[in-house]
Order: sequence, then C-alpha cells, then structure tokens
Amino acid sequence: MANSEAVATPGVLLTADGTPLKVSLQKSLRRSKLRAMLLVLPPLLFLVFLFVLPIGNMLLRSIDDSLVNQVLPTTFKEFKAWDKTTDPPESLYAAFYTDITRTLEEDKLLVGKAGVRMNYDKPGWRSLIKISARKFKKVEGPPYKEAMIEIDKRWGEKEWWLSLGAMKDERTLGYFLNAVDKKYDFDKNIISVDENRKVYNLLWYRTLLVSFIVTIACLVLAYPVSYLLATLPMRFSNLLMICVLMPFWTSLLVRIVAWMIMLQQQGVVNDTLVGLGILDTENRLAMMYNFNGTVIVMTQILLPFMILPIYSVMKTIPPSFMRAAQNLGATPTLAFLRVYMPQTIPGVGAGCILVFIVAIGYYITPELVGGKDGRLIGNMVAYHMQRTLNWGLAAAMGTILLAAILILYWAYDKIVGVDNMKMG
Amino acid sequence: MPNEKPLVRFVDIQKSYDGDTLVVKNLNLDVAKGEFLTMLGPSGSGKTTCLMMLAGFEPATHGEIYLNDQGINKVAPHKRGIGMVFQNYALFPHMTVAENLAFPLWVRKMSKSEQDERVNKALAMVELSAFGNRRPAQLSGGQQQRVAVARSLVFDPDLVLMDEPLGALDKNLREQMQYEIKHIHENLGLTVVYVTHDQSEALTMSNRIAVFDDGIIQQCAPPEVLYEEPDNAFVANFIGENNRLLGDVVEDAGDSVKVKIDDDSGVVHANKINVEGVGSRTTLSLRPERVTVDPEPGSVPNIFAAHAKELIYLGDHIRTRFTVCGHDDFIVKIPNSAAHAQLEEGATVNIGWNVEDCRALDPSD
Repeated sequence: MANSEAVATPGVLLTADGTPLKVSLQKSLRRSKLRAMLLVLPPLLFLVFLFVLPIGNMLLRSIDDSLVNQVLPTTFKEFKAWDKTTDPPESLYAAFYTDITRTLEEDKLLVGKAGVRMNYDKPGWRSLIKISARKFKKVEGPPYKEAMIEIDKRWGEKEWWLSLGAMKDERTLGYFLNAVDKKYDFDKNIISVDENRKVYNLLWYRTLLVSFIVTIACLVLAYPVSYLLATLPMRFSNLLMICVLMPFWTSLLVRIVAWMIMLQQQGVVNDTLVGLGILDTENRLAMMYNFNGTVIVMTQILLPFMILPIYSVMKTIPPSFMRAAQNLGATPTLAFLRVYMPQTIPGVGAGCILVFIVAIGYYITPELVGGKDGRLIGNMVAYHMQRTLNWGLAAAMGTILLAAILILYWAYDKIVGVDNMKMG
Repeated sequence: MPNEKPLVRFVDIQKSYDGDTLVVKNLNLDVAKGEFLTMLGPSGSGKTTCLMMLAGFEPATHGEIYLNDQGINKVAPHKRGIGMVFQNYALFPHMTVAENLAFPLWVRKMSKSEQDERVNKALAMVELSAFGNRRPAQLSGGQQQRVAVARSLVFDPDLVLMDEPLGALDKNLREQMQYEIKHIHENLGLTVVYVTHDQSEALTMSNRIAVFDDGIIQQCAPPEVLYEEPDNAFVANFIGENNRLLGDVVEDAGDSVKVKIDDDSGVVHANKINVEGVGSRTTLSLRPERVTVDPEPGSVPNIFAAHAKELIYLGDHIRTRFTVCGHDDFIVKIPNSAAHAQLEEGATVNIGWNVEDCRALDPSD
C-alpha cells in the first residue's frame, strides 16, 4: 500500500506509516519551534514597541502635512477652483470662514496649531489666523470678503491666498526640503530659501566634518592602545583595560565638565602654556565653546567605541604571524604593515562605523561645549523638538540621519563585508 | 652525514624567562650540514625555547649560537635567513597561497617573474599546483601544512626549523606527512631542526634525536642508539616501551652487575651502563620484546617465574602483563607465531632475558 503511494507521487519521501516525511518532520519540530517563539517574544515586543513603532512614527511625521487639510478642507476645494490670476472670489472667503468657525467649535486648539504650521510657509499666518479667529464671531454673514478685509487688511492681499498652494497636499516633502535649506514656493516648485535664512546645510556639513575628524582621531589614538592591550602581559593589559573603561563608568556630564576645566580660557591647559611662557596671556587658546571643543571632547568620549572592537580583533591574531613574517625576511615594520595591519581591518571597520554612527547623531557634548560654531544637526533636532515644536522638521532631520547611517552601512558591506565586522 | 664543520652550534646556552629558573641549562649541541635533528621531550623541557633562540625570537640569556661559524645572537630574525614551519602554520589568512609563498621572495625584492617561477616550483613540490589562488582557510589541515612547508623552503634557506608542525593533524595524515617531510629533506639536502614531543615521529624522521628533559639534553644520538642503548632511565622510559625494575647493586663485575630487586625475590644479572659500584641504587631497563617466554634452562642467565595477569591480543603480537619479582606491570610482547606457546591468563611460566638486554641505569625517582 505504502509502496504504491510512493510510486504514485515520485519524489515525495514517506515515513513508515505513509505520511509524507516533510509533514512528519514539521509535526515533530512544532513543539520546539513554539518554545523558541515564546522565548523570542519578549525582546520582539520590546523591539516593536520601543524601536520599530517610534521610528515608523518618526518617518510618518516627516512627511505628514494633514493638519491644515483637516482644518481647511472646503477652502482647499475652492482654492483648486480659483484660477489664481484674478482676485480670490467670495466663495473662497466663505469657505475659509466656515472652515475656521466649524473647527473653532470642534477643537479650538487645532486652529492655533494650523496657524503655526502655516507660518512655516509664510511668516505672518499665525497672527493672521489668531486675530481672525478672535474676530470671526462678530462677522454676521455673507458677504465675507469685505468683513474679513475689515478685520485684517492682509485678507485683501492676494499673496496670502496664493501661499495656500504650498500646504494643500496631505503628504509633503517640505520638511525634508527645509532640512536642506530648500522650500516649496506657492506653486510647489522647489526653491532655495533666502541666503540669510540658510542654516542647515552648514550644519549638515559641519556634522559630517566633525564625525569624520572624530572618527579619524579615534582611530589614530585607539590603534596603538589596542595593540598594547592585545600584546602586553596580562597584568599590565588588565590595568590598561581598566584605564580604558574608567571613562565608560564615569558620568558623561562629569567627563564633559572635566574637559571644560581643562580647556577653557582660564583652564588648566591654557594656564600651563602661559605659565611655561609658550603663550602670552592675551593670546590664550580658544579650545572650548567652539568647533575645537566639540571635536576634542567627542573624541575622548567615543574613544572606547573604537578601542574595544579593534582590541577584540587584535586579541585573536596570534603572535606567530608577526614572527613568521620576520622569519621570512620582513623587517618588523614591514611585517606589521603587510601582515598584522591587514588582519585588523575588520576591527578597524567596526570601530569606525560605530564611532561615526554615534558621532553623527551626537547631541549632549556639542550642546555643552560646542558654543556657536560647534553645534551639530543633533542639536537642531532637539531644538525643533523642544523649542519650536516643529516636529515634522525634526523628524525629517532624524530620517536623513537614519538614511545616512544605512547608506554608510551598505557601503561598508560592499567594500569590506559586514560578515567581517567584529564588534567584540 | 658527519661533516667537519657543523652548520649550527649551541655553545653554553642558558635561558631564563623570569630570572629565577633556568628553562635551558647549559646547552651544547652541534647540528651538521644536511642533518635532520629532532629535539624531543615532554612539554616544558626547553626544546621549543631552543628553537626560538635559534630563530631569533628569544634572546639567549647566556652563551652563543653560531650559524656557519658566525655568532648570531645579535642578528635580527629577519636577517638570519632560516626557514621555519610554525606549530599552527602561521599562514597569512589575508593572502592567497601563492601570495603567502611569494612573500619571502617579495621582501627579498626578487623580480615578479622569478617570484612566479619559484612559487610554482614550490607548489609543485608539495603537489598543490592547483591551489595557488585559494586562501589558507579554504584548504584542509594537511594542505595548509604542505603550504607552510613550501613557504619555509621557497627562499632556499640552508636551515629549516619545524616546531611541532604535525601536531594538529590526525594520525594517518601525520604519518603520511612524516614521510613527505623526510623525503623533501633527503631530496633537497636540507638541514632540519625539528621539535616534537611525539617519539614515533622523532624515530621515523631523524638522523639524530636530542632528548630534552628539565632543560638538559639527556642524550643525543641516532634513533637506534637511543632505543637500544639509552644512557639513562629517563631516555629508556621516554623512548619506546620499557620495563623498569628497581634494586640495589650487590656485585660489580666491571662491565656487568648483579642487582638485588627491591622486594628481595631475585638477583638480576645486568649490563652495567650508568651506575656506581656495590651498594648503589639502580633502575634496570628491559625492552618488552627482548624477553623470552619459557626459555631453555641455562640458555639465558636471568630466568624468573612469572604470573600472567593479562593478555591483550594486538594482531601481530600479544601484549602480556606479568607479575615478576614483585612487579605486576612487567610487559612482554609475545610474537603471534606458531613457534610460541599460547598462554592463558593466570598461568605461571618462566621468562628470561640476556645480560646485554638488561641495562642498569641511574636510579630514577
């Protein structure tokens, strides 16, 4: 019987009782799969709620522009019908009036929020909406055009109406444009912002520059330390390891304050240099509250992220490689360059990626020691989150940072191979 | 083999790592040109340290090493021109096999064409011509081993050092590689200094074996001499299987002695090798295959009653454990042939041996 079945479906292996082998295998593995799932569940939930959802929310916020639409649905309908060359028709005024009064009844706060949003595209909208909302109650009925112009004469100016064109869609790339010093004009063409309002391009450039300098500086400092860690006898290397990890165990703020004491104009370094007669007291170096401060302190703080991966790779390279290279006739320097260093590439790559990724989004150090020209894009994200409440712009900046990191990771994978990366 | 001028000379070498204990105590050893010399000993006996000093990776604490009559204590490792096969091969993982082989040629600034030619020749020698473009990690252990050997030879060194090169291979492969290395040595007329703790490896390959223990060369001699005529109890025990009987010398006849075995049950007539006169302690050493079971009375001077405790069938011979003179771990190898009587466990027979085969050595612990 089983035999004939096996013949009937060639290629399908059967167990002794005639069920296909694959089905039996599935059944026998079900319990262990279920158990594995249960074990994975908590971290999975943790990831979903604390990582995937917030990031997804951030991505959505960066392109979400539905607020104005929610407040002014009929206005936008009329706006579409308007030919833009003539003066705005009465129907547009009427639509605006009904939208605002309706929203005021439903949710007063929404009007204010919409005003803030509209202000991004044309400064002045916030006050205009505020004034209008207060005085619309007194408007007694159509025609609304004259009544509104009486409330505020800006309603008679065509450009305010035209500026609605920049906010009519529910999805927008406007925040991303803002994040790189561009914006939509009222016809949704991409234009640069005024020269004197450009800030972000410089910040992006500075963020990349600082991350790059910090990464290189960390690499230069970490490589010899890692080498010592990996090659010194145990008791010395343990001591050195504690020295490396000590900053890790110290509060970030304490470390930054310590650097402030070291580097400020009246600080230890400047005092020493002046005391030694190397500097005149009026020529004290400015090492804090500027670009230099950010670079110096970030390098020190991120150094362990470079040392640990390089060290862990160096630890696995047996000393016999260096010996073999020398035995084959290479000078110690040549042996180091041609045999030892290439083998440390996975650690160097991991360290550089790690430091660069952390540096590119760094916030607290530039905030405290960066001064005016040491601010990075991370500070801008925080600024827009906390001060201007322009979460869309903050989200767009965060998304660009995320994309930059992913691109970097992809490039690293292409060049070195992620499989080669050793974090420790 | 004996050449007038030794290629390598260790003169009064001492080595200490910590300043408290000597790892190598007063080593004097000559290695002749074309010789295959093995340093054999248990771990911690100082053999690898000697090799490292010769290669230049460890400085000698005292004494001088000569290579071609030149003192090389102050010569850096990369200037010594000595080939070396490392314990775990130390093939560079980021280079292909061919690049590994070309490395010593590249640092010697040879032309590209000459590099290629030599690399191909070396690969052909170890029968790996098709593997030049692979990475070491893509090769089996045996293949990696061959690449390591080829790399140590590709720049034509006079002297090649090998530091337990076969330790990581399984038994069959190890035996095969032993012969291959031996043949390479013979064909190229190399001088090889080989370190191992595997005595059968040493016996198979070497012209001479220096047996190390406790930082001292216990004996340095060709394999057959080491086996047949060990100088002391350590060598007798370390090389091959050995029966040990402890006792006191009761009669000294110049080149032979009579020894009373400790439990008072017999007096053995033995060859005097390394023992003081009457009254001194001694270890008698006797190879299991030199014992005759059920000898003709009077045919050999030493005949004792023995009690067969255990028989192990090993095909070509039967390994038998006897109780003799109070020692219950006395091993005898009985050839599996019709001429020999079949023993059974528990049987009591006479066993006997010649004076020359029983060597009276120093009293080991």
